[in-house]
Amino acid sequence: MPAPAIQVDNLSKLYHIGASEQYHTFREAIIEVASAPLRRLRNFGRASSSDSNIIWALKDATFAVQPGEVVGVIGRNGSGKSTLLKILSRITEPTEGRAHMRGRVGSLLEVGTGFHPELTGRENIYLSGAILGMKRTEINRKFDEIVDFSGVKKFIDTPVKRYSSGMKVRLGFAVAAHLDPEILLIDEVLAVGDAEFQNKCLGKMDDVAKSGRTVLFVSHNMGAITDLCPRALLLTRGSLQADGSTPDVVSEYLSVATPDGYVDLRHWKSERSGDGPMRIEAVEILDSKGARAGQIQAGEPIRFRLSVRGKSGAKCNLSVAIRDMMERIIYNPNTSDDKATVTLPAERAIVEVSLQENRLARGDYSASVWLGDAMNVTNDRVHHCLKFRIEDSSLGQTRSKGLVRTNGQWSVQRRGL
Amino acid sequence: MNPQSNQFTSAMTADESAPAAPSEDIPELIIEAQKGWIPIHFGDLWRYRELLYFLTWRDVKIRYKQTVFGFLWAFIQPFLKMIVFSVIFGGLAQMDSEGFPYPIFVFAGLLPWQFFSESLSRSSNSVVGSSSLVTKVYFPRLVIPLGAVGGCLVDFAISFLVLVGLMAWYGIAPRVGILMVGPLVVLTVIASLGAGTLISALNVAYRDFRYVVPFMVQIWMFLTPVIYSVDIIPEDWQWLLMLNPMAGIVDGYRSAILGKPFDWSNIAISAAVALVLFFVGAVVFRRIERRFADII
Repeated sequence: MPAPAIQVDNLSKLYHIGASEQYHTFREAIIEVASAPLRRLRNFGRASSSDSNIIWALKDATFAVQPGEVVGVIGRNGSGKSTLLKILSRITEPTEGRAHMRGRVGSLLEVGTGFHPELTGRENIYLSGAILGMKRTEINRKFDEIVDFSGVKKFIDTPVKRYSSGMKVRLGFAVAAHLDPEILLIDEVLAVGDAEFQNKCLGKMDDVAKSGRTVLFVSHNMGAITDLCPRALLLTRGSLQADGSTPDVVSEYLSVATPDGYVDLRHWKSERSGDGPMRIEAVEILDSKGARAGQIQAGEPIRFRLSVRGKSGAKCNLSVAIRDMMERIIYNPNTSDDKATVTLPAERAIVEVSLQENRLARGDYSASVWLGDAMNVTNDRVHHCLKFRIEDSSLGQTRSKGLVRTNGQWSVQRRGL
Repeated sequence: MNPQSNQFTSAMTADESAPAAPSEDIPELIIEAQKGWIPIHFGDLWRYRELLYFLTWRDVKIRYKQTVFGFLWAFIQPFLKMIVFSVIFGGLAQMDSEGFPYPIFVFAGLLPWQFFSESLSRSSNSVVGSSSLVTKVYFPRLVIPLGAVGGCLVDFAISFLVLVGLMAWYGIAPRVGILMVGPLVVLTVIASLGAGTLISALNVAYRDFRYVVPFMVQIWMFLTPVIYSVDIIPEDWQWLLMLNPMAGIVDGYRSAILGKPFDWSNIAISAAVALVLFFVGAVVFRRIERRFADII
């Protein structure tokens, strides 16, 4: 067996999430240095106070990818997928562990990397190509092909700032698609553009996958992952949770979610923000019979039950965002729009919102919850805390391909001559 | 797109990439945390020389986009400065200009100074200004300040033409010393890269430098013999002035252009300081570079 194209051993990345690391000023650095001995003295014998300010974005990831293999990487937002790609593409350094890459690496973390709005399409092809690691001769050779693929031939000598966002994306992808390193790292670039162009991109990706190159492909689009990658990795909160055939890993990903339609948020940290006095302690999904359920039939009313803790008598606003697997918000019921600001009847309260009209199409969804005070100042926000699946109703399969279902009123009548 | 052309193009790329693969062996790359001081990876920089070219080209290209005068600005700016300085310092203040007409005396100093100060201010903001690149794609980060300095070098070449015009106007014929301009340009690049890389890296970590640079450039100009002659400082104390690398360099340009004798010891001190600055800048840059994507 040949040596693996990508060999990753115990790769870990630590992030400090204190404000000081985010935006440092020189004065702060000086103060920090000056006060370091004092702080050490104060914390003597105590556990490091900064433990709560660190996050292992990636922890002990170990896997190998053989040359020519196409591997999908899935996981929720914040699970470490992007961190993994950033380390492998040398944008950021790992804190621990190592990765061994055999072959030229090309990474595609964004469409239109390095585009400058003042430059024309033609100029940007050269600039972006050079930034992505192409040689000038290589760009010259592929220039016509890139322009053809992008479909913006007419505007190739127009500054990119005059392009529509769709045109920019097309041109950006066209440049990137003509990159041919031995190892290609791709992050979620297909989540942009219109459906037609997305299909074109998927087609191109398929060509890439079949051309014998090694590909690591991060996406939220389970369909694309299943179509393109025979093998998938699942990351959960920075660690590698599953590694195997794509259908198995995808179903594990979807089931990790919340099989019983309930999540306890009291000690939840992932993708959570806001530190107001009011907290969301749990979220449940209930089906039409009032039972907790991770699976809801298409068309069946859904009810979300939120356990909220705060001062008795406090006013608060709540919001639930239902996203599909492509991270698009489909429904976003909230008390502000519904003129239903809640007054907490006690320190612990249960707030329910029901969606009588459930038009969600078949598929997998996630719910994010938000709690704010009467002025809509965020107290607590938890992204993607609850996963659920909409299944075909027992009455039969749905055929709609729409994002949401709707019932049409159909009629027919004899056509006069 | 018809399927035939598609097949043709893919066959072509396959053919062209096939011979390339065996000729260079598969590059191997080990990614792990680097400790301590990291040397400059010249091989990597060389591999990305085309990117350096494109970044320089982009800088030059967009600087004068949507301006009426376009490239003329590269002439106008130093020319106007020269006139203002000539009126104020040459005319009103009667500054000593070592016997040369003040306009050409000040211009011979302004030219390298302008190049240095522009390089310094552009490169010090270059990395922060390229944050979208730094967080999305790998390339040797040193290419960014290098590209900024490269763009200024183009402007420098253009304003050199103004100097040629001035020399003709005042009837100053170039002597053999003019050949020193080449090495002096290299020294200026070294000095501005040193300061530029140092500040661009520090600017990523501490945004305070954004406010420091314009102020620093102004002070620095008064510490450089641009509007005045080195001779106003007593011979014994000139070495102190030369600790400012631009002092010896600017004086050197004057000797090269106006044909006055070179003060080699002054140039040597400044050159040594420029090299130290370059080294310090590169080392600090490499030190902070690996955290760029995390803190930018």
